[in-house]
Amino acid sequence: MGIVSKVHPVRSHSNAAQGGINAALNPDDTWESHAFDTVKGSDYLGDQDAIEVMAREAPEEILHMEHLGVTFHRNEEGKLGTRAFGGASAARTYYVADITGQAIMHVLYEQLMKYSEQITRYEEWFSSSLAIDENGECCGVVTRNVADGSMELFQAKSVILATGGSGQIWKPTTNALICTGDGIAMAYRVGAKLMDMEMIQYHPTTLAGKGFLITEGARGEGALLLNKNGERFMEKYAPNKMELASRDVVSRAEQTEINEGRGFPDGTVALDITVVPKKRIHEALREIVLVGRDFAGVDITREPIHIKPGNHYTMGGVKTDVEGRTDIPGLYAAGEVACVSVHGGNRLGANSLLDTLIFGKHSGRDAAARALRTDWSKPSGKVLEDEQAMVDDINGREKGSGRRVSEIKLELGQTMDAKVAVFRDEAGITEALETVRRLKEEAKTAYIDDHGQVFNQDLMGAIELGYMLDCAECSCIGALERKESRGAQYRTDYPERNDEEWLKHINLEKTEDGPEISYSEVTITQWQPEARTY
Amino acid sequence: MADYTIKVRRYQPESGDPAYWEEFNVELDPSLSVLDGLLQAKDRDDGSLAVRCSCRAAICGSCGMKINGKSGLGCQTQIGEAQEAADKKASAVGGESEGNVIVIEPMGNQPVIKDLVTDMESTHWTKFRRVTPWLLPHGEPPEREYIVEPESMVDITQSMACIQCGACVSSCLSMEADPLFIGPAALAKAYRFVGDPRDAETLERLTDLAKDPHGIYDCTHCFSCVDACPKGVAPMDQIMRLRRKAGEHGIEDPNSGHAHEMAFVNIIEKKGTLDESLLLQESFAPGVLGKLMPSKRAIKEMIGSLPTAIRGIKTGKMRSLPKLIPGVHHKLPGGAQDDVKAIYKRAEESNIEFNLYIKGEEGDQEAAVEERLEPAAAPGAEEASNG
Ligand SMILES: Cc1cc2nc3c(=O)[nH]c(=O)nc-3n(C[C@H](O)[C@H](O)[C@H](O)COP(=O)(O)OP(=O)(O)OC[C@H]3O[C@@H](n4cnc5c(N)ncnc54)[C@H](O)[C@@H]3O)c2cc1C
Ligand code: SF4
Ligand code: SF4
Ligand code: FES
Repeated sequence: MGIVSKVHPVRSHSNAAQGGINAALNPDDTWESHAFDTVKGSDYLGDQDAIEVMAREAPEEILHMEHLGVTFHRNEEGKLGTRAFGGASAARTYYVADITGQAIMHVLYEQLMKYSEQITRYEEWFSSSLAIDENGECCGVVTRNVADGSMELFQAKSVILATGGSGQIWKPTTNALICTGDGIAMAYRVGAKLMDMEMIQYHPTTLAGKGFLITEGARGEGALLLNKNGERFMEKYAPNKMELASRDVVSRAEQTEINEGRGFPDGTVALDITVVPKKRIHEALREIVLVGRDFAGVDITREPIHIKPGNHYTMGGVKTDVEGRTDIPGLYAAGEVACVSVHGGNRLGANSLLDTLIFGKHSGRDAAARALRTDWSKPSGKVLEDEQAMVDDINGREKGSGRRVSEIKLELGQTMDAKVAVFRDEAGITEALETVRRLKEEAKTAYIDDHGQVFNQDLMGAIELGYMLDCAECSCIGALERKESRGAQYRTDYPERNDEEWLKHINLEKTEDGPEISYSEVTITQWQPEARTY
Repeated sequence: MADYTIKVRRYQPESGDPAYWEEFNVELDPSLSVLDGLLQAKDRDDGSLAVRCSCRAAICGSCGMKINGKSGLGCQTQIGEAQEAADKKASAVGGESEGNVIVIEPMGNQPVIKDLVTDMESTHWTKFRRVTPWLLPHGEPPEREYIVEPESMVDITQSMACIQCGACVSSCLSMEADPLFIGPAALAKAYRFVGDPRDAETLERLTDLAKDPHGIYDCTHCFSCVDACPKGVAPMDQIMRLRRKAGEHGIEDPNSGHAHEMAFVNIIEKKGTLDESLLLQESFAPGVLGKLMPSKRAIKEMIGSLPTAIRGIKTGKMRSLPKLIPGVHHKLPGGAQDDVKAIYKRAEESNIEFNLYIKGEEGDQEAAVEERLEPAAAPGAEEASNG
């Protein structure tokens, strides 16, 4: 068994998850309530069979993490304690101060050390494409050792993609620089279907310009959203849940305030955390005290901080079933790269870490079972040679052969943030799509400066740009296709949800002429679609 | 927007050339980070400039580097502040107060792979693995969660907050002298398990770290790691806590560090002020029994300390030579000694750990201490915290 990561595993993006992880673990909470909140949060686009699995298995998973050593917050009795999160009908978010993701990931890395005899780690190895055998099954992955540039085909009976999201396509974003949609594009390129690619979450509280996140935990602890007139505007949009409505709802409310001139001149509204007791801030929101201080020059315990909606999460991804299986036998996907779909049109806060753990586990089990029962097979083509040729081509491009890779990335990010964001319409998305397709052409000749083998980040950046452009194209096509407003997809030209025609997933498959559209059913078990109010 | 010049120590391993300096001119808002500056140089001027980075938010631990000689994170250091530091440094050595460059180097105590990228595997991560970095609970886990004191989780969350950036390793003076020293980050990680009530191997872990000549007693208490750490982990404090725990578990300490610390605490409790002559004696031969029947080692250590003691007397730091018989001592005037004792009692009762993760801003810490110590005299709090 091997685990490959393009950065050292503890540098992975999951460590950015501050707020926590959901589970109906309290005796007075139920997994059905958690599941229903998730269904409603997803604007009924989530597949209810998968959501049920996630909500039902959540408590056991939290306990498992606790037993492995995660230092979850305790209540006074020494038991696990919770905090409130958006879109949830009970306080069911478990947390470690505001370093929940980091704490869980570091504990998992500890376990990786513990089992280092059984699992080989390839730390700082960059995977660039999947190998398919003559039966169309996945049989390995081509990977480059970042430290010396050597390339290898890792043959495997099962491959699990756990490569995270694609937030870097948008600028600014809360996502790390490594979130470039690699796995989504790699799977797409070998014929796996992508699903819900139009569903891109904008988080309500990010710092303008830099895109840093202020955790939802802040609102969970009681922080208020105010416009420039000091009005608590959520009263108008979500009179019951107020600041703790679903993220799509809060982001739209903020953007409406800003667009209608009730925001601050820097295009923001204010988040007032000063109403939270100081001791509680230092105990539970320490990380954002630091973010405020280091990145905005604001002492959040003393004054409100300016925020706006910012790109945050890729709900869509590689289409999988509940066991993490994609359309390609032997290829699995779990976490943000995948679309099971538990998040549908809008992910609830603190459901994503849970998604990674639950479906990571399912994928792992199924992948292991498959590996036990199948024989080794060989890639049908010469993947390694082809990949080496691709790398040599990029490495051989000299200055002046085209545009700079960094320039193209910037144009892509700004275009997507302007046209495929909180509010969308046909004209805007079409424009974005045209830009993306032009950039795809330009990327073919884009040049890099580094022509070496050792730690050639320039080269990896060029390969990542290719992934980003594939994902961006799919997000545009999905957004254009879905002619309704649901969850994170708000079409000003189709402002209503339309269950009659659009209670279905949009699937995209690669062809010579770009993504081909098909549809799949939304699985409904016990919750029929209803109007969504908070 | 402002213009900055950043001077980067570069090393391109495939060129065959030795390391060299290169200056880049960048233009960005002073509130943006040094990493933003480097990324701008990389994007605009030279894509071969290697620097690990990902989160840009001081959470992934990728971008450890030295900025104007100080170890830290590139993404957490504002470029405007880095410029001010460069100016200050220059004027301190009598240079210009303007037009100075921001100097950026790879982290120290680690081999350089390329430019700002160091080989953390052979240093940092190897040391990390040295401390058995996983939980070793006793028997099968309970059906539900382990029930533990809430404070214990808060306590170890301070070392859990470590992002493994290596800045402390880069700045560690002991490691410069002894590359085998387990070092600040790995030892902070060790405390994460030693302090964890769910871990069943506390004694084994402590013994292991105390017996290793490159273990907890190899730290020289220089504060560099505390200064460098971007996440408030204060590795040195964690090391001191490991030492204290080792002492509490009766694990022999080659430097008598814990015994020294306890002696310090006991003397102040009894006498109100510090008599350094007593300190030596209490450290090596504590209590009445120690005085009547000093161990061989205690005698040896005390004889070995004589030169220091004599220097102490000359400089007035000590009032007399270390004694092996009970002596007469000054007491504090009036009821002051009782007040000191009261402070100790209260501190013990409320079991205040002064370096808890939640300490927050400095002002708050004092306020919190006052809150918990009320109505006892708060001024003593500072002393108690040094114990
Ligand atoms: C700021 C922020 C706060 C968040 N807060 C929360 C929260 O409070 N609660 C919650 O539930 N969720 C939260 N989320 C969402 C959540 O953190 C992510 O969705 C989740 O961590 C994704 O995990 P993952 O395992 O899928 O991917 P990641 O953690 O991103 O890991 C991807 C891994 O794949 C590797 N990889 C990628 N491409 C390649 C390649 N080409 N070759 C080799 N390896 C590769 C990377 O090196 C990395 O190890 C937050 C997200 C952000 C941005
Ligand atoms: S205090 Fe100790 S561990 Fe920290 S830098 Fe100094 S010698 Fe190293
Ligand atoms: S203790 Fe601090 S400086 Fe050292 S590795 Fe951890 S976070 Fe970095
Ligand atoms: S880039 Fe992640 S810590 Fe600096």
